[in-house]
This record gives sequence, structure tokens and C-alpha cells, in this order.
Amino acid sequence: MPSLPDMTTPNLSELAGKALAESGHVTVPAPDAGQEQFSEWLQRMGDNALILGHRASEWCGHAPALEEDIALANQALDLIGQCQLWLGLAAEVEAKGGDADRLAYLRDAGAFRNLLLVELPNGDFGMTLMRQFLFDAFHHTLLLALKTSSDSRVADIAAKAEKEVAYHLERSADLVIRLGDGTAESHNRMQAALTKLWSYTGEMFADDAVDQAMADAGIAPLPSTLKAAWEKTVTAVLDEATLVPPASAWQHGITGSGGGKKGVHTEHLGYILAEMQFLQRAYPGARW
Amino acid sequence: MYAQLVKSEGSKSRDEMTPEEIAFQERIDRGEKIEPKEWMPEGYRKTLIRQIGQHAHSEIVGQLPEGNWITRAPTLERKAILLAKVQDEAGHGLYLYCAAETLGVSRDELLEKLHSGNMKYSSIFNYPTLTWADMGAVGWLVDGAAIMNQVPLQRTSYGPYSRAMIRICKEESFHQRQGYDIMMKMCSGTPEQKAMAQDAMNRFWYPALMMFGPSDKDSVHSAQSMAWKIKINTNDELRQKFVDQTVPQAEYLGLTIPDPDLKWNEEKGGYDFSEPDWSEFFAVIAGNGPCNEERLGARVKAWEDGAWFRDGLMAHATKAEERRRSARHAAE
Repeated sequence: MPSLPDMTTPNLSELAGKALAESGHVTVPAPDAGQEQFSEWLQRMGDNALILGHRASEWCGHAPALEEDIALANQALDLIGQCQLWLGLAAEVEAKGGDADRLAYLRDAGAFRNLLLVELPNGDFGMTLMRQFLFDAFHHTLLLALKTSSDSRVADIAAKAEKEVAYHLERSADLVIRLGDGTAESHNRMQAALTKLWSYTGEMFADDAVDQAMADAGIAPLPSTLKAAWEKTVTAVLDEATLVPPASAWQHGITGSGGGKKGVHTEHLGYILAEMQFLQRAYPGARW
Repeated sequence: MYAQLVKSEGSKSRDEMTPEEIAFQERIDRGEKIEPKEWMPEGYRKTLIRQIGQHAHSEIVGQLPEGNWITRAPTLERKAILLAKVQDEAGHGLYLYCAAETLGVSRDELLEKLHSGNMKYSSIFNYPTLTWADMGAVGWLVDGAAIMNQVPLQRTSYGPYSRAMIRICKEESFHQRQGYDIMMKMCSGTPEQKAMAQDAMNRFWYPALMMFGPSDKDSVHSAQSMAWKIKINTNDELRQKFVDQTVPQAEYLGLTIPDPDLKWNEEKGGYDFSEPDWSEFFAVIAGNGPCNEERLGARVKAWEDGAWFRDGLMAHATKAEERRRSARHAAE
């Protein structure tokens, strides 16, 4: 067994043992049947985190300042971690075998349940930040409510994620304010981002049968009940940023057809998945 | 090693030194650390700025070849690990720019020199990452070579640089471990995965050897830097150490090192190996590597596209300060 340089973490024999053990068998989680709606809802949570994390990670090495590179990578890392927890639980509840990776890497776009907002292209850094803020304000309100979920597994994940997302919101709100009330150019860019993205925010608060079932079981709040708190946060921040939401009431996935929660996505998601799932699709069954 | 061909300033014999310079050299010889506000020869300061700056640039340009695979990482866990690793590289860049700032040069000035081509970054980052196995090879070989140079630099004479190195080395050894872990997985995987691993080894072996810089006999700046303890070992010493360490690791993976002349030399207690093609090295340093344009282009684009963002934040800070001032006035 060769040795790596000093100041190393676990030793190589342990790693080799672990790799061997992993290649041997697949753990099948205990079945938790009859919970299709629960699994569906968990996939919405996981897919939002996965796809937004993917978009944030696209900035890696390309952000406008080194601190932003670090912050975005950190945020992407939080979201991917949250996605592992939500999709891990979804796979467990679904009880079809497999794990979070199977859901992330082997579903096609129509089976993804994320909001349209998170799959939109990054645009300029202002667009990325505005999307992050609009989603963070929703995400944080939702996670706060989920901390008292009747399902302790959901409450545990929410408790961990809420701390991370509280920071995401603090950061994105602060930057929206500073750039909205910065130079004329930064203001115009943030306003353009807000105007474009506003029509993708309604989908966050639209209730459907799955949401109703979750609310009835005390697992999750009805999305519509989160809107007032979201509006309060968003209005306060946009006011300070001197930015104004557009007057149009058009909302994709609501007044318009389709919608991410129904699995009817924008064209963009297919490209995200083509990239993300490439290795799993090209080398079926390989272990990485 | 992330600093190559760093030009060293002013090599003086003891007779030519001023009393101040003699006292400075004696401090270094006693193993004392030099701290930011203390007197130092101008050449020492300039050489350190070049070396630390080049190292910092290498860290931030070094985000790109690995960032290239984050969106394609094959599992969620691998994606998280790679993200964390690339984030560490950006963090290293940050410590190093801060260390350079203590020598009186701003981060913006250093970036300007990078973008205009007046400062370099390590040649290794001008090679493409073509398959997932390259994430393994970069971690194992590239970070492995970097650690080989950076471990001794923890003892370098300049305090802030030495302290940054101590922190960086801890993270780099973790990076190397994750690279080796990817290689182990690939080498015990399907025939296609094993072929990818060997292909990555073939492409990264010689560029990794180049990371230590040209042979000592051709390296004109080493002596002064070594006297100042800005450089601790010679390029050839470190390269030999790297080869000796890496060969058994490759054997364990079942990979072949792409050097037919590689063989154990009992007498010297190390391997004999072929030199990399130094004409390729100089071509890459001069801007003609496979990815020079993409790498530097990506950094320049990030900087230029981000100008409005940085300006916006500065403008807001000014406005906020003016508002605070007028509020204080009103209160008085």
C-alpha cells in the first residue's frame, strides 16, 4: 500500500475498504408504501435545491469578485446537500430501490418537479442574484414552517436547511438592496431582472392536490399561506432597493399553461439534465 | 508547485551588501520570520510579490479546469466534494492575495497584471480536463505536485506567506486524497473507466512534472530565492521526490506511467525517469498551451462583465456613508 504525503485524513486502506464495500451491494431502504404524494412533494423540495444548486455552480470561477465565487460555491454546496437529504427521503418513501442519485440522474425532465424559476438560465449576475433573492425569501418562509412538520424526518431536514437558507436570504437581500440603489447601470440591471422574473414567482404559491394532502397530514403548509410573509420580505427589500415589480399579473404555470410542479418545464431543463446526467447515461451501471 | 520561473531580484555577495542587508540576511539565516512592517530589501519584496501573486493567480485560474466538471459530476456526493474543493482553491487565492497586500500591492493591481499577460499562472492549468478521470488525475498528480513544493514553503521566511501555506497545505492534502479516491474508483470500475484513468495519467504525467519548473542547471533565479528562504528546495529535488512518491501509488492503481525509461536506481535510492519536453513547457508559458486563451479569456470576461457589479456596490457604499453623515448633521 503506497502512502500519500503527510497531514492526510483517513488512510488509504480505509478508503479502499469503503470503495470495495460500496461496490458489493446496493442498500434498499425500508418500504414506506402508499405515500406517492409524499414522495412527489419531497421531490419538489429536492428538485428545487438540485436545479438551483446546479445553476449557482455554473458561476464557479466566473463570478465578478473572488468573494462572490466563494459565496456562490458555498450556496451551491448547501443546496446540493439539501437535495441529497430531500431526494434521499423521497427515494426511501417511494421504496422502489435506489437512492437520491437515482432520482437526480435517471429521471427525465417530465419527472422533475422543480419550479420554473430555478431552471431559468443565469443571465447576468444581477439576474442570478434577483432569482436567488425571490426564491430565498420563499424558501426560508417554507423551511421555517417545516420545522414543525408532523413528520420528524421532514422537520429534521428543515431545521438544518433553515439555518443555511437564512444566510442565503440575508446575503441575497443585502446585494439586491445595494445594487438596486447603486449606480444607474446596476439599478437598471436589477430592475430588468425583477421585471423578467416576477412572472415566475406566482408558481411558488399555487396549491394543488399534493399540497392539500401534505397540509391535511400536517407535513407541510399550503403554499398559498406563505405568500403574505414572502410579500412582506420582498416588498421591504425592493423598496429599499428602489425597485418596483411589474404591473402585469401574468404568471407562468398559473395563468399560463404548464408548470414545473406538474412536470411541464421550460426548454432549459432538458439541457441542464443532458449535462448533469451525462456520465450516468453514457455508462449505465458504472460506479463513481 | 504553482510558481514557476519566478524572476529573483538582485543577487549580491556579502561584500556588496549594506549593513542593513547583512542584518536582514542574518535574521533569515537564524530562521526568524520577516513580518510586513519590518525593513526588507526591495528585491526581496519584489520577488515575493511575483511569487505569491503567481501562486494566487494559479489558484483562481485553477478553479476553471475543475469547475469544468462540476455540472457533470457523476453523483451528488462527487458533485458536493468537487464544489467544496474548487471553493477551497478560491479561498487559497484569497489568502494569497491578502498575503501579497501586506507587501504593498493591491489585489486589483495584481489582477490587472494577470489580465494583461504581465504575470503568469502555473502552466498546468492550460491543459484541458477531458473526462471525469481528469478530476482524479488533477487531484492526485497536480495537487500532489503542488503539495510537494508547498509543504517546505510552510517554513518560508516571510511570515504571512508561511502562515497562508500552513493553512493551504492542510486543504491540499485533502484534495489530493479525494483525487486518489476518484482514481481508485475508476481503476476498480468498468473497462471504460479504467481506460479513462489510464488516459488521464498519460495526459497529466509530464505536465505534472513540468510544474516544478526547469532543471536546476537552467534555472537562473533559484540561488537568491533560496538564500532568502523564499524557495526551500531545488526544482530537481522536488521533482525527484514527487516521482519517487507517485510511482508506487500508480502501481497500486494498476496504471502505467507513460515513460518507458522509468526504472528504480538502487544506487541513488530513487527512480530514473525521462524529462518532460521542455520546449512544450516554454510554449505553454508563452501562451501557446491548449487552453491558454480559454483560461485567461474566462478570467478577463468574468472581471469585465463584473465591473458594473463592483461599481454598483462601491456607489452604494458611498451613498450610505453620505446618508449617515447627513443624518448625524441633522441630529446635531
